[in-house]
Amino acid sequence: MKEKMAQQTTLNTLEIGASGRVIAVNGDSRITRRILEMGIIPGVLVKLVKSAPFNDPIEVSVRGYNLAMRRSEAAAIEVAL
Amino acid sequence: MASTTAHSLTIALAGNPNAGKTTLFNALTGLKQKVANYPGVTVERKTGRWQLNGSGADLIDLPGLYSLDATSLDEQIARSVITGEQKGVRRPDVVVAVVDATNLERNLYLVTQLFDYKVPVVIALTMIDVFEKQDHEINIAKLSQLLKVPVVAINAKSGRGIKELAKEVHKAAEKGESSAPVFNDVDETSGPHAKIFARYSFISKAVQESTRHNDTSKLRISSKIDKVLTHKFFGLVILVAVLLVVFQAIFSWATVPMDLLEQGFGGLSALVKENMPPGILTDLISDGIIAGVGGVVVFLPQILLLFLFISLLEDTGYMARAAFLMDKLMSKVGLHGKAFLPLVSSFACAIPGIMATRTIENRRDRFATIMVAPFMSCSARLPVYTLMIAAFFAGQTIFGFISVAAVLMLAMYSLGIAVAVVVAFILKRTVLKAPPPPFLMELPEYRVPNLRTVLQNMFTRAWLFLKRAGTVILAISILLWALMYFPRDLSPAPAADASTTQAAVVETGSEPAEDVVKESEQLKHSFAGMLGHTIEPVIRPLGFDWKIGVALIASFAAREVLVSTLSIIYNVGKDADAESTTLVSAIRDAKGDDGKPIWTPLTALTLMVFFVLAMQCMSTLAVVRRETNSWIWPIFMFSYMTVIAYTAAFLTYQGGRMLGFE
Repeated sequence: MKEKMAQQTTLNTLEIGASGRVIAVNGDSRITRRILEMGIIPGVLVKLVKSAPFNDPIEVSVRGYNLAMRRSEAAAIEVAL
Repeated sequence: MASTTAHSLTIALAGNPNAGKTTLFNALTGLKQKVANYPGVTVERKTGRWQLNGSGADLIDLPGLYSLDATSLDEQIARSVITGEQKGVRRPDVVVAVVDATNLERNLYLVTQLFDYKVPVVIALTMIDVFEKQDHEINIAKLSQLLKVPVVAINAKSGRGIKELAKEVHKAAEKGESSAPVFNDVDETSGPHAKIFARYSFISKAVQESTRHNDTSKLRISSKIDKVLTHKFFGLVILVAVLLVVFQAIFSWATVPMDLLEQGFGGLSALVKENMPPGILTDLISDGIIAGVGGVVVFLPQILLLFLFISLLEDTGYMARAAFLMDKLMSKVGLHGKAFLPLVSSFACAIPGIMATRTIENRRDRFATIMVAPFMSCSARLPVYTLMIAAFFAGQTIFGFISVAAVLMLAMYSLGIAVAVVVAFILKRTVLKAPPPPFLMELPEYRVPNLRTVLQNMFTRAWLFLKRAGTVILAISILLWALMYFPRDLSPAPAADASTTQAAVVETGSEPAEDVVKESEQLKHSFAGMLGHTIEPVIRPLGFDWKIGVALIASFAAREVLVSTLSIIYNVGKDADAESTTLVSAIRDAKGDDGKPIWTPLTALTLMVFFVLAMQCMSTLAVVRRETNSWIWPIFMFSYMTVIAYTAAFLTYQGGRMLGFE
């Protein structure tokens, strides 16, 4: 999956309404673990639904439900467009 | 395990937040439920009896969980209940996992963790009607077969599937073992998160094989609602509007039952006085007990309404949106968006609010939230605000249509919030320095609130308030009545008495009636009067006299005690000729030794400001002591809040006088 053919970026830089497939969730903190436990694991499709007032946090759609996270946290999530 | 008919079953309810666990718990147990805490911690322990096929079962409602990883206190408790390590709780025979059909994959994650404990699991599938309305199909038998546990579609509201759930739980208990797959032995050498990946790949496969999604492009209703409610501009406008509506409603709707209660208690008190022989006992009952309890119970309509709104906002899913909207702001002062909910709950009472901070994992963020939570104007302050507003600002309007009462209420709530922001900002840069906390929060689907859940929550909270009112406040009321009643029959004060001298200096000349003087003297020389006099020099610059001082001392027990204290004080010391016996007019009519009214709108405002900011609640301090596991934090909280409250009240009163207000 990590081929260069797909354009790679991180979830926080996605445009509103854009989707991507998760390649990796970086880090090994509690928050990394919680992101994974909430179902954001490599291979899953994520969509940036909207951002809150003042541009942060963001609302992400994953596995049919919506999750709010800060852009700083979304930066750890690598996605392929 | 042998036949289970011999002993009563213990069943635990587990599930994600928002999966419909509370609704199911209420449907299964009815009104037979108990709310307490697990010993030594503040995780709420909800238990009830479930009439399971004739024989009853103990039902334990575990806290809402996403994971059993035991990183938070809730998760640790849930895990120890499931493994039977929790003291005082029998190891559950069966765990009923409440799973939201519209959010199958993530809900099943917790279920696969339950499998690891080898406890028999029965899945209660909720929201199936919503799922089907979204044009999805689910093969329940297939899902059950793939997960190797019984799956029962339920609707707690209509009662669908409840009987079948009972049957399956009974069967699972008799079988006594689980044949579900276990992920304990997944090799984690390939990566630290291999177990999570293994669970999800198992879940994805099961879900794919048992469900069909016919039209995923259809925009869900929640998304449509969210387009407005979390809109960058309108979302914030609506949030403010929601808060305003709540406050305005509390103050217009609640007045009718409040007036009735007030009249009722007044009548009861008079009835006792008329029909009992005069003496200490009669005075105790009518002036101590009835007046004290009445002064608190009268505010129950407001408290019920406030909790109704809080429950409604939570149950509809709006509360999470509020956290989403507010997170940037919260993170600016170094708090988590999750702190929004505990802080909003603190508007009802700081105690559950502080307890709700348990969801914040980082200790420093949690402590910072706890430290500022009491600045949120709690329901115990409402009686104080209402009394002040009713006495001095009732019926007044700005521009003819904006109620001064509503504006003042909003101002008091805003003042608390503003000070909380400043304090949190300072704390996070000094004693509780830490990087900004992570934020990760589900935005659940909007739902039509379940009336029963909302009402049950409302009445439980109101009952807890009443219980406090009935015990602590009644005890304080009687103690106070005694403090003001004794010692009896003291000879008139000697002229050397400091306060009398002071009063005499400013006296304008008009002599009050003899019996009033006698009554006033009695109060002045009671234990309470002595205490009030002792602190009077300190509170004089705030425009408070010693009677208010007595009320301030008394309200350390609980803020709402101020009202009952004042009602007792003015019952005892009120002008004998006063036509009205209600507290409001007693306050308006109260005169100082100089014959001037003690209370002016400025005094009332100053008192309100003081009450917004002062730490006047022993119960909160006790909870902080428990939640921080140290005496340092509650002492710190008490000290800094008192300093801030005094300073702000001083500025209000002296500033007001400089601007020409009395």
